[in-house]
Amino acid sequence: MAVDTRVGQTIKHHDEEYKVIGTRPIRHDGLEKVTGEARYGSDINLPGQLHGKVLRSPHAHARIVSIDTSGAEALDGVRAVITSAAFPDPGDKLTGGGEAPGLPLKFKSANMLARGKVHYHGHAIAAVAAANPHVAAEALKLIDVEYEVLDPVLEVWDAMKPDAPVIIEDLYTAKADGTTAEEASNVAAEMLYEVGDVDAGFAEADLVVDREFTFGVVHQGYIETHNATAHWLKDGHLHVWCSSQGAFTIRQELADLLDHPITKIHVVPMEIGGGFGGKTTAYLEPLAALLSRQTGHPVKMAMDRADVLKATGPTPGGYVRVKLGVTNDGMITAGYANLAFDAGGYPGSVVGAGCRCVFAPYNMPNAKVEGFDVVVNKPKTHAYRAPGATHAEFASETVVDEICRTLDIDPVEFRLKNSAKEGDWQLAMPPYPRIGHIECMEAARDSAQWQTPLETAPGKKRGRGIASGFWFNIGFTSSVTAKLNSDGSVTLLEGSTDIGGTRTSIAMQFAETLGISVEDVDPIVADTDSVGQTDVTGGSRVTFATGLAAHNAANDMKDQIVEGLADLWDVAADSITHADGTFSANGNSATVGEAAGLLEEEGVFPIGKNTVTPTREGGAFAVHIADVEVDDETGKVEVLRYTAVQDAGVAIYPPYVEGQMQGGVVQGVGWALNEEYVYDDDGHLLNASLLDYRMPTALDVPNIETIIVEVPNPGHPYGVRGVGEVPIVPPPAAMANAIHDATGVRMSHLPMSPARVQAALAAEA
Amino acid sequence: MATVHIPTPMREATDGAARVEIEGATVREVVERLEASFPGLGGRLVEDGQIRPGLSAFVDGANVGRRLRTKLQPESELFFVEALGGG
Repeated sequence: MAVDTRVGQTIKHHDEEYKVIGTRPIRHDGLEKVTGEARYGSDINLPGQLHGKVLRSPHAHARIVSIDTSGAEALDGVRAVITSAAFPDPGDKLTGGGEAPGLPLKFKSANMLARGKVHYHGHAIAAVAAANPHVAAEALKLIDVEYEVLDPVLEVWDAMKPDAPVIIEDLYTAKADGTTAEEASNVAAEMLYEVGDVDAGFAEADLVVDREFTFGVVHQGYIETHNATAHWLKDGHLHVWCSSQGAFTIRQELADLLDHPITKIHVVPMEIGGGFGGKTTAYLEPLAALLSRQTGHPVKMAMDRADVLKATGPTPGGYVRVKLGVTNDGMITAGYANLAFDAGGYPGSVVGAGCRCVFAPYNMPNAKVEGFDVVVNKPKTHAYRAPGATHAEFASETVVDEICRTLDIDPVEFRLKNSAKEGDWQLAMPPYPRIGHIECMEAARDSAQWQTPLETAPGKKRGRGIASGFWFNIGFTSSVTAKLNSDGSVTLLEGSTDIGGTRTSIAMQFAETLGISVEDVDPIVADTDSVGQTDVTGGSRVTFATGLAAHNAANDMKDQIVEGLADLWDVAADSITHADGTFSANGNSATVGEAAGLLEEEGVFPIGKNTVTPTREGGAFAVHIADVEVDDETGKVEVLRYTAVQDAGVAIYPPYVEGQMQGGVVQGVGWALNEEYVYDDDGHLLNASLLDYRMPTALDVPNIETIIVEVPNPGHPYGVRGVGEVPIVPPPAAMANAIHDATGVRMSHLPMSPARVQAALAAEA
Repeated sequence: MATVHIPTPMREATDGAARVEIEGATVREVVERLEASFPGLGGRLVEDGQIRPGLSAFVDGANVGRRLRTKLQPESELFFVEALGGG
């Protein structure tokens, strides 16, 4: 039976009932966010503060012959000018913790300030600290850089050719078989994943579809630009305030890049105006620190939008080939995929994750996937929500749709028939634990949109598409410290930057466990000196992992309260029960608030704490349905209706889950239809502004209907799965399949911009 | 004996075997015995006494990261997988 999904719905596959979890309290940071009281990085202003600016390369690929900073240094008001020489020699060290450990530190260091060569248009060359931003900007014009301009290489298919200009002269391919190539090239690494017998699988197939897809570079498009303020004290202590997805990650990167003791680095996470994977690494922080050390003053730096687009970490463009074999009755027999992603100017793209996601929604006993990490003259690419998965699953879900059309099989039935489920194959990984792809597909099938025939209109080309998406989610390490106050309230310190409202979802898990109201918990995102190790806010991990730390910290606090009450009531600790927030034993009882008061009189102030590195993240699936209308004169695609279905495990705070789903769809629609870096032949980025880099606005998308599916993750006490990333995965494929339904044309490049759709329609005609 | 799933690119060392069975009470012991049985394989998994940066071990479905001391059961399943980040 069709259900109305005009309002958010939740479909539960469990019987758990909670008092706090699943409710919709007022978010803890809501008032200060809407009144402008929340403090962001740019709100930091310190006595004696200087202002820093960065000189960037006008070329995509060039050797730096010389840099003369004397003109800038002589300008009145300039206090320091630095180049890459200010950084310690990274030698052969590898990067430490964070998202991409084990990469050569020399590449990260050279991305901070170019070392000998520039690798992309906008690459940082030098940084200036001056009395005010205007003087700093003037000083940049007085730095004289002599370049030997080299031919750029911009696309992976060009960069992989034997005669391509080699960007990093000592980069030797780390080959999949463990050997290293003898000749330098732009291919940093090869990957190979295989299961079953792929040749035998294709031999069994009645139909084989083999297609190629290409992608432009896209940016995460966070609204707050990067900023950092650093103050290097004379005793060597370095204090940094910044906009980052992980204060501890920034601390580690500063320690690595500056060769400075980690104990002397203190990073304060400010509120963040979006990140989506793009703020998981340092850009300005090391520069501000070095300028501060050199001047003895605090130094504040901020990027403008052009800096952000040119020189931070967009997510890769590249190439994906997908080949699928199926029987006439619609069973997948084999899959092959080949992915080449651009790493940008230095190695380390997200191609490995893309390789492992490309066939993730399906039980596929025979598969082979090859991946290539390729250096090109573009900014060093980085994560963007479910990094690599959107590219990969755009390709595979488009091929699945083509197979369904060819065999005249309903696309939902095909996916249900071949769906991955608990215990099934997972490429290069242990078998799937409990997952919810089938439940999501069933919810999509039963949704109001799928059950409502697409409304036709005379002269209009309209179509409907459906696509699945998968993302792993990650665990990493999280810490929580919670202090019970004498009035029964709790001050909860956690280390996860709050991007998606997580301080409330963490507080809710704490409150549920201790049996108090969430309004009695005051969650605070703490700095690196005030809470235990907490890894980056990324990988959809915070509500899962930091929430688990909160649950464990609440139990730790509960144990301390029990111990205190046992003393007070003169009973054995194990005779005290705890239910609905009340402790009871031997005729005595006390709520948490009453217990706090009683214990205060005894001088006991419980502090619950926990640091946890969870091991069973539980992957997340999503299924999306898109209805579109294609203007066959202009090629413009309008989204008429959209439904997003997603397995959230258990939704701690449903409005945040719905918000993540809707936000992911909007970004996915932008990626599908408009967003793309545009370069000229010389490698200059031509659209480094939000006027020309076109992200969708509220006017470009309809109301996005949401259905939360709850298939609890067995790896979390409340069944939580991460929700922040997977909703960006299905939109491009759902849109492409809808465009095909509307026009009969298959799109093979993202974005499917009006010009490209128009050209495809013309070619088809 | 624990079952170790050999990553595709490392199967040259195991004569093409995708799985091998190895005695060992911990991940470390299994890796040491892998190296003894299939010279060169252990070195691709472990470096300077630690699981190589960028790799994670999965024991019976649990991502134990780079913790070589993780205990194994006689029927444990062990995978070595490239570590993932996220956005």
